[in-house]
Amino acid sequence: MLSGVFSLLSALLLITLDAVDVAFTEAAVGAGISIVLMLSTLTLTSRREKKSKNSNLIPLVIVTLTGLVLIYGTLDMPNFGAADTPSQIHVAREYIKRTPEDIHIPNIVTAILGSYRGYDTLGETAVIFTAGIGVLLILGRLSLRPRRRTKKIEKVL
Amino acid sequence: MKHHLILRVITKLLVGPIMLFAFYVQFHGDYSPGGGFQAGVIMAVGIIIYGIVFDMEHAKKVLPAWFVHKMLAFGVLLYTFTGVISFFRGKNFLDYSALSPHSAIHGQHYGILIIELGVGITVSGVMIAIYYAFGSRTSEINDAEW
Repeated sequence: MLSGVFSLLSALLLITLDAVDVAFTEAAVGAGISIVLMLSTLTLTSRREKKSKNSNLIPLVIVTLTGLVLIYGTLDMPNFGAADTPSQIHVAREYIKRTPEDIHIPNIVTAILGSYRGYDTLGETAVIFTAGIGVLLILGRLSLRPRRRTKKIEKVL
Repeated sequence: MKHHLILRVITKLLVGPIMLFAFYVQFHGDYSPGGGFQAGVIMAVGIIIYGIVFDMEHAKKVLPAWFVHKMLAFGVLLYTFTGVISFFRGKNFLDYSALSPHSAIHGQHYGILIIELGVGITVSGVMIAIYYAFGSRTSEINDAEW
């Protein structure tokens, strides 16, 4: 519930940042599908959590350390909205300049994702495919038309 | 959810426009925000909402599970083969200019349209397949308990 509200709010935030593509995805995936999956997972498990015997101290230390490392990593990043960030001065200009000549479609995001970075998008699609196959394998729902197959086996027998 | 009349009526009204919007986002991605991924997710949401409010069995009549499993692979294959066609035309992998013999820009348009379709098919397939996989394991909750 709360994560759904959070997703919708961050979708609004992304719209104000002019990233409508991402806002779409956030609203549909974050506020829509992930909650459905979360709820259907909850119905599969039991109601009460098992009490763990291990102490909570080690996970807390690990999480804090990881957080500190991540924050340390952000120290090197350029300031928010700075004009001289690498993403602003390096290839982005080139994309904006060349998309009308090379591909001639108004939506530069689609041009970059589909054409200039076609390899990336192919990889992403493969990742999504792999994730889906993984879930299906774990849950054991990849049986292809089981009825027909058993019929065939019966015929062979 | 047989006794939730309002939900059922609203869902019936919404599923059509959701699908239409998904196709709009899919095929209009060159001109407006959106593309294959977004369209696939929206399409999956349409099917999932139908499956939740009516029954999953009804949703499976529209899109059977074996068909969804084929969709997963078909999208990736469509994308890859679009790239492979460029090989045979003497260009680099995924260079869509090879797709149209007359103009490189038209080739780019076709290429982007086809690969976005591939992405959309895979994404919607994955989302629906995961939903089916989770949902059909659920021990049926009694309708009155809601």
